[in-house]
Amino acid sequence: MPALKVDNLAKTFALKKPLFGAASTGVRAVRPMSFQVQSGETLGVVGESGCGKSTLARMLVGLLDASEGKIEIEGKALDNADPAKFGKLIQYVFQDPNSSLNPRKTIRQVMEAPLKRLHGMPRSEREARVSQIFASVNLREEFLERYPHEFSGGQAQRIGIARALAANPRIIVLDEPVSALDVSVQAQVLNLLADLKTEFGLTYLFITHDLAVVEAVSDRIMVLYFGSVVEIGDARRIFANPRHPYTKLLAESAPVVGRPLTAPEQKGTELPDPLNPPLGCAFAGRCPNATDLCRTQEPELEPVGEDQLAACHHPIQD
Amino acid sequence: MTAFLKLLFRNRLAALGAVVLSAVLILVLLTPVLPLQNPDITATADRFQKPFTEGHLLGTDHLGRDLLSRLLHGTRLSLAVGIAAALIAATIGSAIGIVAGYFGGRADNIIMRGVDMLMAFPYILLALVIVAALGPGLMNALIAVAAVNVPFFARNIRGITVGLAGREFIDAARLAGMGHIRIILTELLPNVLPVIIIAMSTTVGWMILETAGLSFLGLGSQPPQADLGSMLGEARSALISHPHTSVVPGIMIFLIVMSINLLGDGVRDALDPRLRSGALSRPRAMTLVERKGEVPAPTDDLLAIQDLQTQFHVGDRVYRAVGGVSLSVKAGECLGVIGESGSGKSVTALSVMGLVASPPGVITGGAVRFQGEDLIGASYESLRQKRGDRVAYIFQDPLSTLHPLYRVGRQLSEAIQSHHDIPTAETQARAVQLLRDVRIPNAEARVDNYPHELSGGMRQRVGIAMALANEPDVIIADEPTTALDVTVQAQILSLLDDLQRERGLAIIFITHDFGVVAQLCDRIAVMYAGRIVEEGPTPSVLEAPAHPYTKRLIACVPELGGGQRALAAIPGLPPLVDDLPPGCAFASRCEKAQETCRTGEVMLKGDASRAVRCHYPEEAI
Amino acid sequence: MGGYIVKRLVSAVPVLLGITIIVFLIMSLIPGDPATAILGSYATPENMEKLNRDLGLDKPVITRYFIWITNMLTGDFGRSYSLNRPVIDEVLERFNATLILAGTAFVLCSVLGILAGVVSAARQYGVADKIITFVVLIGISVPAFFLGMMMILLFAVNLRWLPVSGMYAIYGGGDLPDLLRHLIMPALALAAVATGVIARLSRSAMLEVLRQDFIRTARAKGVPERRVIMGHALRAAMVSIIPVLGIQAGFVLSGAVYIEIVFQWPGVGRMLVDAILKRDLLLVQGGVVFVAACYVLFNIAVDVAQSLLDPRIKT
Repeated sequence: MPALKVDNLAKTFALKKPLFGAASTGVRAVRPMSFQVQSGETLGVVGESGCGKSTLARMLVGLLDASEGKIEIEGKALDNADPAKFGKLIQYVFQDPNSSLNPRKTIRQVMEAPLKRLHGMPRSEREARVSQIFASVNLREEFLERYPHEFSGGQAQRIGIARALAANPRIIVLDEPVSALDVSVQAQVLNLLADLKTEFGLTYLFITHDLAVVEAVSDRIMVLYFGSVVEIGDARRIFANPRHPYTKLLAESAPVVGRPLTAPEQKGTELPDPLNPPLGCAFAGRCPNATDLCRTQEPELEPVGEDQLAACHHPIQD
Repeated sequence: MTAFLKLLFRNRLAALGAVVLSAVLILVLLTPVLPLQNPDITATADRFQKPFTEGHLLGTDHLGRDLLSRLLHGTRLSLAVGIAAALIAATIGSAIGIVAGYFGGRADNIIMRGVDMLMAFPYILLALVIVAALGPGLMNALIAVAAVNVPFFARNIRGITVGLAGREFIDAARLAGMGHIRIILTELLPNVLPVIIIAMSTTVGWMILETAGLSFLGLGSQPPQADLGSMLGEARSALISHPHTSVVPGIMIFLIVMSINLLGDGVRDALDPRLRSGALSRPRAMTLVERKGEVPAPTDDLLAIQDLQTQFHVGDRVYRAVGGVSLSVKAGECLGVIGESGSGKSVTALSVMGLVASPPGVITGGAVRFQGEDLIGASYESLRQKRGDRVAYIFQDPLSTLHPLYRVGRQLSEAIQSHHDIPTAETQARAVQLLRDVRIPNAEARVDNYPHELSGGMRQRVGIAMALANEPDVIIADEPTTALDVTVQAQILSLLDDLQRERGLAIIFITHDFGVVAQLCDRIAVMYAGRIVEEGPTPSVLEAPAHPYTKRLIACVPELGGGQRALAAIPGLPPLVDDLPPGCAFASRCEKAQETCRTGEVMLKGDASRAVRCHYPEEAI
Repeated sequence: MGGYIVKRLVSAVPVLLGITIIVFLIMSLIPGDPATAILGSYATPENMEKLNRDLGLDKPVITRYFIWITNMLTGDFGRSYSLNRPVIDEVLERFNATLILAGTAFVLCSVLGILAGVVSAARQYGVADKIITFVVLIGISVPAFFLGMMMILLFAVNLRWLPVSGMYAIYGGGDLPDLLRHLIMPALALAAVATGVIARLSRSAMLEVLRQDFIRTARAKGVPERRVIMGHALRAAMVSIIPVLGIQAGFVLSGAVYIEIVFQWPGVGRMLVDAILKRDLLLVQGGVVFVAACYVLFNIAVDVAQSLLDPRIKT
């Protein structure tokens, strides 16, 4: 049984109805997508701004109602967005560690909230549990009485991770957890996450825009573009052997020491207009291989090679 | 709380306001026990006695009533009514604002429509309608004043709440299983409360004025009872013959409102963290220079930064953001300056043309020489003439660095016209050409766009075009691709690379990304805690880093193609630049550190082509 | 742009309707019987019944509202019983006087306020800034009616430079110089508070803008400092100043009520206060709705000005 099963999940944001004329259909931030995450797996989700990765994350933890589709966690369907119900199964680690902590609460208050509200734990048990979690994330217990502004970005992110752990979830959605951190600190947090995964038997959904980071932490990687999954595959192979032209473009754009500087082949850099999405493949406007078929018909996600799926009419061959 | 009071009374004007207000408050609280005459007893024989007559310290009014007694009783009433109105308005308005702001959606829409409607009245009309309906009287005036101020609080607090409700800690609280009411009470309210207090302290004075105003019109307190407003209203007919009856209550209102305003400003400043850090001061046209010590001798580099020291003076603290940095760049050369946040790389870059915000920035030492001429000691006008003309900048976030209200073409034209007397028609044509140079498609049309109509990548191209406008000798690029998506970044970098080669530009490229410097730069300088720790040709630094920090930092950077793995990390944190340790700043995080590293100054050893600041370098240089 | 103006005008319709409903509801909350209030001790059953019929008070509230509003749309605001003339005639005449006073004060406070704010911000912590801050503090702490009274004492009674009150001299006046002489004091007294508020706000808006990245960009490309302040910074600051001008216009209109009383200015504010004291409710209703409607239209003009200034506003 997969830890997380997502079936045709989609989100359309309604636009404000204009004064005259009918309301438009809205903006599709996430187009219907289906995927599974196995227990103990880390699924990396990559995409650039506007690809819908944050909307997806917020739906998965119940902060946002899905417009269509189903979310199942360990076989249990979660129908209505209700963070209190989702919270025990799936938790969230935010991008900006400082903004995710209430500036007027002590760390102890922050840590105890999920224990008290989600698990109804009595006081003595809570204290023991908080100490235990703090030990796991290598934070000193004296930090508990302090306020968020006293911490550096890396420490605050550990606290954010500790809070997610406190709910004792099966899955953690990590939304750009290290983007706000410096590289020397970033590695500390990434390694901590890897240790915690083994220790608590967790499943991760790791969202980022950084290809090198996502490759280093993931088992499988899912590439998003303009609200759709364009490719899913094994983390070891997907960037070395991309099937979708967008994945290839991403891999070639990442600055790498020792690779000469050339702009990868693409026509323009503009995303399609979300108010007026194109008929066919959203990437067709930038794609060097696009044909008329691409501009008229939206490609389905189909298997290409071993453990790899791509949504492309003309997948790249070896 | 004590910290708040300390902060409040450090503001001398606020302290003055507090003293005056307390004096008035004590006086009116004691009024019932003071040996005063009955304020409402008339004695027509004694009417219009002048101040300082016996038995009537402030004289008497048109009915011979003792003015001092009436003044104190009136003040008591005015204060009570004004404060009550403020409390009522703040409570109801804030509750409405928090509910509307937190829940959003339809509830918010309906509530705010209603609020807008109430605010569509000039406030006095609403107050007049209410008083007209309820009839004149002090209580009704209180209701009217409170009612007209409810929308003010509702709108104000809603705005703050919307901002807070979108913050991630509210999402986190929901994920921790908290219900809406609990979130409002324990997460939102503590954060909104300071704003409510600020809004109250800045409007209480206003509400006292408004109630006094209604009484002045004869719509508030009714005779014989008097508040300050009705005293003024009654005295108005005798204004010319007996001005003291008007002056006395008028000055009292003025004193009260002024002391409340002073105190309110103080409260706002003390509670608003933005103001507390002194951030709300405008940066001057150029960075303050307080240079001590020798000015280094000129060199023959195109641009040379020599032992530059830039500090931030905040209160008693001194942040040594740049602690003696020397760099130089030749024509046609690209120098990368790399470091983590707080390493001083951006401050170094901004110091060159005096663009570090001051206050709090101060350049305290060293020199920056452009073709031998010292820019640090230069006058504003001579610096301005070089800004954008000889040395141009490209900044990080193209959305915030372009003026949002000017068309792109105009911003480019202005860059040219600030240095050359060329008619606008010509500069517009030049602007189009510049946009073509940075490969913006359809440049003729784009030149008329506003920045918000362009994508991030296009905006950064405009930023580059602006830097190129006067064909400068040096371009300083401060993290120009950090805010961009990776596919866009690749294009911008290759554009910069081409431009540099074609035009023989010197570029100083500030970044935190090793991949970027590796691809673009000829030489690299690595900064840590405000100093250069290593410098050399790019391949040499990247392949054989000499400083332990460089070596370990490179190891931290995950590289594409490495597969799933544990990453190297550097334990600990960089030191704070207001509290630098003696010796090597990296010593506390360094595995190779010895006693010698923690004591004396570590010098940069080597020559201009390859240098390292370490007693035990990883590689011999 | 034309489309935007039409859109804003259309969206004002519900606001105007709302205003009439609010006014009407509050006025029908009046405790006791309005007829008794109007007729006072002259109330005989016959008189009261007739008056109730005249005022339409024998019908249900909703019907009364619709009658009132349809009449208003045809320009019939009813008849003032205390003045015994059509409400609309009286309101129009009085509003004209208020417009002269409030309009002058509004121009004064906008120009002086913004100017003071810009100077204050550009010279932050300098002598000019300190003087302006001090004067502004006094300005916003003095009640307008007290300021007006003190001005009368000083300039009219002691120095005899200006007339004490009124809009025109009783004998031989009526021309523009005469009006201006009468206008100076009330306009200044009325503008004082709003000038202070606008100056404070302009100062903080300018300080906020001067810290923005695009100001650094302007400086980095060598734009002269004067242009940075008066061009780049002020233009951007106007985006937050203009809405406040709209709000302050409401405060100026409000303050006009006091000033009209102090200076015996024959404006709509004085009319309203008299009407309330005489319980001439139709005159109050009509006057309030008329002024509120004008204010709504003025705010639409402010929005249009804002959209001309800021291209980011969708028109």
